[in-house]
This record gives sequence, structure tokens and C-alpha cells, in this order.
Amino acid sequence: MKGIIGKKVGMTQVFDETGNVIPVTVIQAGPCYVTQVRTAERDGYLAVQLGFEETKSQRLTQGQLGHLKKNNLPALRYLREFRVRDNNLDVEEGQEIKVDIFEKGERVDVIGTSKGRGFAGTIKRHGFHRGPKTHGQSDRERAPGSVGMCATPGRTLKGQRMAGRMGNDRVTIKNLEVVVVDAERNLLAVKGSIPGANGGLVLVKSARAK
Amino acid sequence: MNELMQSLVAEDRGFPELAPGDTVKVHLRIVEGNRERIQVFQGVVIRLRRGGNEANFTVRRVASHGIGVERTFLLKSPRIEKIEILRRAKVRRAQLYYLRDRRGKAARLKERRD
Repeated sequence: MKGIIGKKVGMTQVFDETGNVIPVTVIQAGPCYVTQVRTAERDGYLAVQLGFEETKSQRLTQGQLGHLKKNNLPALRYLREFRVRDNNLDVEEGQEIKVDIFEKGERVDVIGTSKGRGFAGTIKRHGFHRGPKTHGQSDRERAPGSVGMCATPGRTLKGQRMAGRMGNDRVTIKNLEVVVVDAERNLLAVKGSIPGANGGLVLVKSARAK
Repeated sequence: MNELMQSLVAEDRGFPELAPGDTVKVHLRIVEGNRERIQVFQGVVIRLRRGGNEANFTVRRVASHGIGVERTFLLKSPRIEKIEILRRAKVRRAQLYYLRDRRGKAARLKERRD
């Protein structure tokens, strides 16, 4: 398991050796620091806590600063945990993690927070079809249609898809190909799109599915 | 554009600076199976879009029987072998879409001499 924290920079395209265009999302990934290693004995589960993005120390609470000070780390804005499955970890607290843990051609999963869409109707939120625009219709264009039956069951069933808050969810995109790794610039580019707005925090880890 | 994204932009290969109205020859590398050949497309640049690796330009030529053919090329594509400018024209628009509605003499452009 390899993981790193980064920020989505935006999308662009690059050319491969034969001149094909590859759409990529650029991520400013790391440098991260291992702020804590969770062990089965002490914490009951296995995980590695990473910290990302140096910030001013007055932006953090005394508790956060104390936690980082244990390993003599600078003030870090984000702390996130990556679950690991095997016991034989080759990381230690205080270690720096850079983007060169990944290499070109590797598959990764990217986790981000999707853009918030506010209170969205059923067409945008669930992909419902639109109603007819003509033939005597009034205000049926984006209406959800029937939400139930008649006297039996006499109620709307649970789980009926309706309008509501959409987006701003944690979303994982699996099996993205790593296209560019530039350790000097802390740059990582993956093929395809990833969730969230530019500047949003993303977690990149090696793909689970092969 | 962010400087990280800027670092991914393909390097400049010394093509001449194009402008709308230029008559150009685009030498394109075409791979067929494992054979490679060069195809040349000649026409007038009617549109130029800038912007990193996405920069592109559209070349219009009138093929046989007066059929207009337009082709858009990615300026930074490694498939472009060479670009030659044959003639530059004085135009007053950035997009020369009006050429599509004109034929023959009406579709001429005034040459720029500078």
C-alpha cells in the first residue's frame, strides 16, 4: 500500500510517444510526512497517518502542534490516515513521503470530495428523464413523475429517489493510470478526471483492484 | 495556467508563428501499420487557438470539385513534422469563417507584405 495526499491542480492533456493525446489531471502531491503509525496493539487497527502542506504554526491548535512535535515535524495543515493491511510496514514516524513512490504506468485510486450541487432535482441527481415539453403539458418538464401507487400500499416506499442535496460527497475513482511523475516539482498526473474542484484535497493510493 | 501544468507543456519545436490568413503546408507524420509516411495538407489558416498543449489551428483548403476541406491540427502534437508558411495575408478578423461561404475570386485574401 502506497499513499500520498495532494491537491487537484486541474486538467490538461499530454502526448505519448506515438503522438496520441492523453487527458490528464494534474495533482500537486506531497511532500507528506508520516505523522503517526497506528498499530494493532495500541490502536486496534493498522494505518499510517500522513500530514500535508506546511502552514503557519499559529493556524494550528496546541494539541495539533504537540502531536507533530513528537516527531519534530513542521506545522501541517492536513492530517489523513491510510489503512494498511499487512503488518510489515516499511515506514517510520517522521519520514518524508514524496511523489516518487509512484511510477509511470502504475494504477492508483484517487479519493476526493465531489463538487457540491446544492439542492438538485431528480434529473440532475438521479438521471431521471424529462417530461414532454408540448402536447398540452404544463409544469411537467422536470417533474419526478409518480412516487407511489394507490391505496395499496398507500404510502411512498422508502428509498424512493427524490430531489435533495447532491455532491460534496467523498468519491473514489479507481484504477487511474499514472502518466507523469515529477518528484522535483511534486507533480503527479493521472489519466482521466478526478472528483472535486481545482484546489481540492485528494488522497492518492495504489489501486486495490488489479 | 498553473506552473505545474505549464511544466507539462510540450517544448517548442521552432515552428513559425502562425496567424489567421496564412497559407501553410502542414507536414504530418502518418503511421500505417509499421510503415511511416509524411502527408502534406496545404491551405489557409482560418482559426488559431492558443493554450498550452491544447493549442490548435484549423486549415481550410478547397479540394477537387470545389469541396471545402477543413482540418484541425494540434500545434504541439509530435505528429506534426514541419509547418511551412507560403504566404501571409492581410485579414481583419481572428476567425475567417466567412471564407466558407465564398468561392473562387471572392475567397481571395490580400497579401501582407511586411
